Order: sequence, then structure tokens, then C-alpha cells
Amino acid sequence: MWAAILLACAGCYALKLAGLSLPERVLNHPTVERVADLIPVALLAALVAVQVFSDGQSLTLDARVLGLGFAVVALLLRMPFLVVVVGASVVAALARLA
Amino acid sequence: MTDRPLDAAERSGIVRDGVAVGIATGAYGIGFGAVSVASGLGIAQTCVLSLLMFTGASQFALVGVIAAGGAPLSGAATALLLGTRNTLYGLRMAPLLRWRGWRRAAAAHILIDESTAMAVNRPTTEGARLGFTTTGLAVFVLWNLATAVGAFAGEAVGDPRTFGLDAAVGAAFLALLWPRLKDDRNILVAVLGAAVALTMVPITAAGVPVLAAGGVAVLVGVLSGRGGPAGPTARPGRSARDAGGEP
Repeated sequence: MWAAILLACAGCYALKLAGLSLPERVLNHPTVERVADLIPVALLAALVAVQVFSDGQSLTLDARVLGLGFAVVALLLRMPFLVVVVGASVVAALARLA
Repeated sequence: MTDRPLDAAERSGIVRDGVAVGIATGAYGIGFGAVSVASGLGIAQTCVLSLLMFTGASQFALVGVIAAGGAPLSGAATALLLGTRNTLYGLRMAPLLRWRGWRRAAAAHILIDESTAMAVNRPTTEGARLGFTTTGLAVFVLWNLATAVGAFAGEAVGDPRTFGLDAAVGAAFLALLWPRLKDDRNILVAVLGAAVALTMVPITAAGVPVLAAGGVAVLVGVLSGRGGPAGPTARPGRSARDAGGEP
């Protein structure tokens, strides 16, 4: 675990430094910019899906879905980050008690 | 780009904005600390991530993959893929900041969404440097303090399911994704990415589904350039949109 953490830390720093050091024309390639813009979208969406709808290797539906539902409503109402996250936890915990 | 010096009012305005963004970001740090510990990382590992990696979406991704049972290296790979956007920020900031040597090496560490957003529109190098440095340092200090608070709080809670902390992880990712769902293509990529990941869950090792979704982004990014409406000039100046989000 520590090795993966330190490797990822070093890699993320290298990516930042590369940006400040590379010639600017690298950015001018439209495909590069488009792909770099879309990567966070695809990864974050996949992380939401995997976090909420899977348990190990199986797909599941449980209280986490209700938590996600709360998060969607809270985001539509422009609630701050902590309200979204804490509220989703509370909703899931209450659903498990019920 | 001019080199007109800043007056005192401009200077304090820039500093005040930077500190305000830092305080707003602290809230995310508490969330990260708690989620990271709930995902099975130790307090020390959690704090090292905030100190050394210091780019929020990548940190959330690493602990998220591990929470889903993925191998640490899959988590690291996902974190690196998300970290590529900082490279783009750097390409934009380099001609504005015009730093070399150790200053550039130090600036690279605080090159994140917020410091870029608070510097990219300044008309002078001095203003850009001040906005970048104040915001970057304010976020760094508060993000790390908040991470530690969140990690200790998460540790005190114990089993993440007790207070629904396992549901908090998905909500945190959704909150990070939300501001990026701003046009049809991004929404399409998000839906495809989620669908590909869920399809892969039963048939691959944990961690792989999320990386596979990265392939969707590459595919759509490459294909949509060919004669599509989103031509080369369609999307200028993207980096400044996320102020107040995660670092």
C-alpha cells in the first residue's frame, strides 16, 4: 500500500512539473486537450457507479443508492459539499436502521 | 502581459480571494480524511496523500478504488490518470508565472485547480504569481489540517457502514463530477463511463472497471474530433472553471 501511495504521489508531482516545463505547443493539439478534459468525467462517473452499485465482484442495490439519491437532490439545490456528503451518509445509515 | 506593479488594494484583494478559496476547500479535506480512513487506509497514509500528492480528485480516486477492493496499484494508476489535468494547467500557467529553477519546482507542488483558477485571468505576471501562491498555500495548509481532522474523526467512527460512510464515497465523487456535466458530450461520456465500469465489475478484478472507463474518454475524445461540431477552437480557456472545488 505504501509503495503504491508514494509512487502515485511522485507521479502526480511529475505530471504537475511536466506541465510547467514542457513547451506550450503541446497543449495546442485539440485531441490532447479534449481527451484530457474528458478523462476526469469518465473516471469520476465510473467511480460513482462502482462505489454505489457494486460489492466486490457483484452488482448490488442497497442503502447506498438512497444516499446517492439524496446527493443528486442536494446538488440540484446547490448545497455545499459537506451537506451533500454528510447527508448521503445519514440517509444511508437511517435506511439501514429502518 | 504587462509588468505594471500592483497597488496595495489589488494586492490585498488577491490575497483575500486566495484565503477565501482555501477556507472553502477545507470542507472537502474533512470529507477526504474521513472517506480515506473508511476505505481502509491508515491515518498516516491519509495525511501523506494530502501532503505529497495534494490533488484532491486523484486522492479521492486512489482511496475509492481501494474501498472497492481494488489493488493499490490500480488505485495509483487511476490517480495518475486524473492527475493529467494538472499537466494542462501547468502548460497554461508556465508563460504567466515565468518561474525557473527551484521556484518552478516548488510552484509545481501547489499547481491545482484552485491556484490555476485564481491566477489564470490576472493580466500581469506579478498578479498571477501572487494569486497562484496565496491560493496554493492557503489551500495546502487548510486541506492538510482538514484531512487530519477528518481522518481522526473517521477513525473514531470505526466501521464505515455504521454511519453510512460507505455511501459518502459515492456522494463525494458525484459532487466532484457535477460541475463537469456542463454539455451533452460530457454527459454522454459520464453515462458511458459508468456503464462500461459496471459491465466490467463482475468479470474483472476491482480497480480495472474504473480504468476501463478512462478508455471511453480517450475513444470519445479522439472520435469527436473527426468532423464533429466540437472543433479545435471550440473550447478555449477551460481551466478557470473550478474555483472553490477540490484541489
